[in-house]
Amino acid sequence: MPSQYVNDFSIAVATVNGSGSASSNSILAKTIFRMGVPVAAKNLFPSNISGLPTWYLVRLSEEGWRCRTGHHEISVALNAATATDDIAGTSPGGVLLIDAALPQAKTIERDDITVYKVPMMELAKGFGPDPRLRKLLANMVYVGVLAELIGLDTNVLEATVADQFANKEKVVSLNLDVVNAGRQWARENIEVGSCPFRVEARDLTQGKMLIEGNTASALGALMGGATFCAWYPITPSSSLCEAFIDFCQQHRVDPKTGEARYAALQAEDELASIGMVLGAGWAGARSFTATSGPGISLMSELVGFGYYAEIPAVIVDVQRVGPSTGMPTRTQQSDLASCYRLSHGDTEHILLLPAGPEELYEMMQQALDLAERFQTPVFLMSDLDMGMNPWVCNEFTYPEANFDRGKVLDKEALKKVESFHRYADVDGDGVPYRTLPGTHHPKAPYFTRGSGHTSQAEYTEKADEYKEVLDRIKAKIRGSVSHTPPPVIEGSGDIGLIHFGSSSFAVDEARAVLAKDGLQTRSLRLRALPAHEEVLDFIRECKSVYVVEQNRDGQLTDILRLELPEIASRIQSILEYGGLPMPAKVVIDALRVGSPEPAHV
Amino acid sequence: MSETKAKTNHIGLEKSDYQGAKSTLCLGCGHDQITRHIIAATYESGVDPYNVAKASGIGCSSKTGHYFINKGYGINSVHGRMPSVATGASMANKHLVVLGVSGDGDTASIGLGQFMHAVRRNTNMVYICENNGVYGLTKGQFSATSDKGARIKSGDVNDYSEIDLCQMALDLSCGFVARAFSGDAKQMVSLIRAAINHRGFALIDAISPCVTFNNLSDSTKGFSWLKENNVSLHKLGFVPPYEPVQYDIAVGTTRVVDMPDGSHIVVHKLSEKDHDPTDRIAALNILGRDRADQAHVYTGLIYYDSTSNAPLEDLMHLPDTALNAMDESTTRPSRDAFDGILAGFR
Repeated sequence: MPSQYVNDFSIAVATVNGSGSASSNSILAKTIFRMGVPVAAKNLFPSNISGLPTWYLVRLSEEGWRCRTGHHEISVALNAATATDDIAGTSPGGVLLIDAALPQAKTIERDDITVYKVPMMELAKGFGPDPRLRKLLANMVYVGVLAELIGLDTNVLEATVADQFANKEKVVSLNLDVVNAGRQWARENIEVGSCPFRVEARDLTQGKMLIEGNTASALGALMGGATFCAWYPITPSSSLCEAFIDFCQQHRVDPKTGEARYAALQAEDELASIGMVLGAGWAGARSFTATSGPGISLMSELVGFGYYAEIPAVIVDVQRVGPSTGMPTRTQQSDLASCYRLSHGDTEHILLLPAGPEELYEMMQQALDLAERFQTPVFLMSDLDMGMNPWVCNEFTYPEANFDRGKVLDKEALKKVESFHRYADVDGDGVPYRTLPGTHHPKAPYFTRGSGHTSQAEYTEKADEYKEVLDRIKAKIRGSVSHTPPPVIEGSGDIGLIHFGSSSFAVDEARAVLAKDGLQTRSLRLRALPAHEEVLDFIRECKSVYVVEQNRDGQLTDILRLELPEIASRIQSILEYGGLPMPAKVVIDALRVGSPEPAHV
Repeated sequence: MSETKAKTNHIGLEKSDYQGAKSTLCLGCGHDQITRHIIAATYESGVDPYNVAKASGIGCSSKTGHYFINKGYGINSVHGRMPSVATGASMANKHLVVLGVSGDGDTASIGLGQFMHAVRRNTNMVYICENNGVYGLTKGQFSATSDKGARIKSGDVNDYSEIDLCQMALDLSCGFVARAFSGDAKQMVSLIRAAINHRGFALIDAISPCVTFNNLSDSTKGFSWLKENNVSLHKLGFVPPYEPVQYDIAVGTTRVVDMPDGSHIVVHKLSEKDHDPTDRIAALNILGRDRADQAHVYTGLIYYDSTSNAPLEDLMHLPDTALNAMDESTTRPSRDAFDGILAGFR
C-alpha cells in the first residue's frame, strides 16, 4: 500500500437527516472542487424529513472518475444508529473520525484503521445553547477537522463557507468559528501529516462547473424556451421544477411591470400535470413536466392521447427505484421499458438518454425542439443519481441556434397552401403540419381527438383510414433518428459494452481499468430510442456484447432483442438494481470473472 | 327573386359561421338543445370563432364540441381530464375563449378532482356540464349527479347521495355559478353569453335530459318532470359592452348586474322572492332548498362575483403577448445573464 494517497480516495460522512449536514457536506465537496481536484459527491438519503441515517460520499479522482467506488478510505461517524456499520465499513488502512460522544467510540476493535475520536458535539456546545443549532454546528466541526487532516486550502474553504451561507455575515462568521475550532482541535490532538490521504491543489477543474442534474435540466428548459411547466411534487424530480421556477423568477419577469414570460402550475396530481402540458402544447407553448416512476404510471392514458392526437410535450423522468412506491430516494434506470411504450394500444415514444449534467442541459433543449418537430411527447430519461447529486462537468455553452418550432402553418403560410389536412403526410416524412388554435384563417381550424381519425382529422371507424394514420405515426417516430443524438462509439476489441445514462460513469471507469489489464473493449453509449442503425452494426462487429443497466430485468437488453431479433442471442446484461449508484466494479467483475464467453455467433 | 342579405352580428358574421357538424346523438337529446344555445350565444355576442377553443372529455356530451363552431378549434381529450387540458391551453394563449363542454361522468366522477381544482385555480373558461344523471354512451348506468332515490329506465334505484356541482363550485369560491335547463333556450343563451364575458371560471350546470336512458315521467333529469318542476329564479338578459342597457319593465322588478368588461346581466324578477345573484348566502339558500325538497330544480344565475378572485392568467402575471408567441428573444436570457448563472456553479 502506498504511504500517501493524493487526490484519489473516498470519504463517507454518516449523519442523521434533518441535522443540517447538507451544508457542511456541500462545503466539503465544493472546496475540493475549487482546489482544482475533480470530485464526485453522492447523497444517500432516506425517504424521511428528520431522524434517519444519511450518508454523503465524496470521491476525489484526478482522472475524473465520477461513479461510486463502493468503498471509502475516510469515514466520518456522527450517527449512533449507524456507527457500528460505519466503523466496520471503513477500508483497511483507512481513517475513522468518530464523535467521541457516540457509545461505539469506546469499543472500537479495529487495529487496521486509524481512529480519531473527535469531541464534535462537545466542541459545538461552546457556540450556543440551542440543541438544534449545536447539531448543525457539529457538522461544521467535522469539516474543520478534515480540513486539517487532508489539507484543505484555508482561503478556498473560507470563501466556500461564505458562498454557502450567501454571505450572511453572522452565519458565515459563526460557521467559520466552528470550522476553526475543529481545526484547532486537530492541530492539538492529531499529528498533522500522519494522514495518508491528502488533497493537493491542481488545475483540473478549470472551465468546469459543479452542478446537480436537476438544476442542469431546469437551465436547459430556461434556455430552450419552455414557457409552461406543470408539475406535481415527487422525489426525486421536484427540485427540477423548483429550479426552473427560480430561474424564471430571475430571468423571465419584467422588473418594471412584474409581467412573467412563463407560467408554472403545481397541479393536483400527475394526470393533471400532463393534461396541462398537453393542453399548452396543443395551443403552441413549449411545455414540460418533470416526474418520477409513479407519476409516469399516472400519466399513461394522457401520454397515449398526446401520441395519437400528435401533441408536443416534454416529460422529464427522474427515475427512482420501483415498482410501486419502491425506494423513493434510491436510484434506478427501471422506467425505460414503460416510458418507451407508455399507454394502451400501439405506442412508441422518443426517449433521450442523457449522461451527466451537460447532456441534461443540452438534451432538455433538444427535447423541446423534438417535441415540436415530431408533434409528440418526448421523454428525457434522467435518474436520481444524476438529478439530485452534484457533478463536475464542462461549462455549459450558450445556445446559438433558434428554436425548432416544427411544422406550424400560420395565417400567412395558409394563404399559400392549397389545403390543410391536419394528419396528412405531405412531405413523406410522416410528420404532418399543424395549426395553432387562434389562427385566423378559414383553412386553419381542425378538431383534435383521441378517437379514430382520418388524415383530415375527421372521426372514423374505418380500418383503412385508421391504419393510414397509425402507420404514419409509426414512420414518424422511427424517422426521429434523423434528429435525435446518435450513439457515441469508441474503443476496439471483441467485447462490446452498450450503456446509457448514469451507468455510463461506471462503464467508462471499468473500461479504463480493464484496458490497463490488457482487455480492450468497445463502447456504445446509447443516447436515444428508437435506436439508430449504428447499434445493429456495433453488435454485429463485436463477438460478445453486454448491455449495462440499472434495473432487474435488463430492460434495454429486452428492447434491443425485440427490435433487432437477428442479434437477440448475442447480447446479455450486466445489471445493478439495489438502488445505490452502480460502481465500476460491477462491470469489471462481470468481465473478469463472469466468463466473457463469446456469445453464439 | 330578390336577394335578402343574411343577418350578421357585430363582427359581420352570419349565424351559419357558428354552426358545427351534424349531431350523431339520439333524436331529442338535451345536449343538442345546448349545442344550439352555444351557437346562438356565440353568434349573438359576436365571439370570434377562430379564437374559440372547444375542450371536452369523453362521453355523449363531449362529442358535441364537434357540433358547434366549426371555425373554432376542438380538443376532445381524455375522460375526466378536460379541465387540465383546458387550463394548459388557456395558459398558452390567454386570448382564447375556452369553452369546456363535458358531462356528469367526466365532471362528477372520474374527473371530479380536476373539475374542483380548475374551479379553485379560477381558470378563465366556461364550463358547461351537460348533466343528465346517467352514463349514456355506456348504455344507462347511474352517474354521481343522479338524485338519491332516482329510478332509471332499467328500474334500478340510486341509493347514493347526489353530487351538486353548483354547491361545490360555490364552496370553492367560484365567481360564476349557474344552473340551467337545456329546454329553456332564452335563459341558457343569456347565461352562456354572460359566462363567456366573465373573467375566471364560469360554471353552467345544465340539466340536459337523456331521452334514451333517463327520461321516465318521474326522472328528475327527464323532460316531463323538468317541464313541471323547473323553477326559473329570474328572467335573464345579457347586454354586451357595445350595446346600451335598455329594459322597459317597471323599476323595482329588475336589477342590473354590471360586469367589469362593460357588459351587464339584466335580471328580471319573476316571483315574490327576488333572488339577488350577488348575494352568497341567498345562493347557498337556493341550493339548499333545491337539495332539501327534491320537488323542484331552481335554474338561473345562482351566484355572481367578479371581484373576489383574480383569474389564473392574472395570478400568473401573464403579459399581453401569449406564451405560445414567445421566441428566443423573449425567453432566452442574454449571454451576460447566462454567464452570471454559470458563475454560481464554479
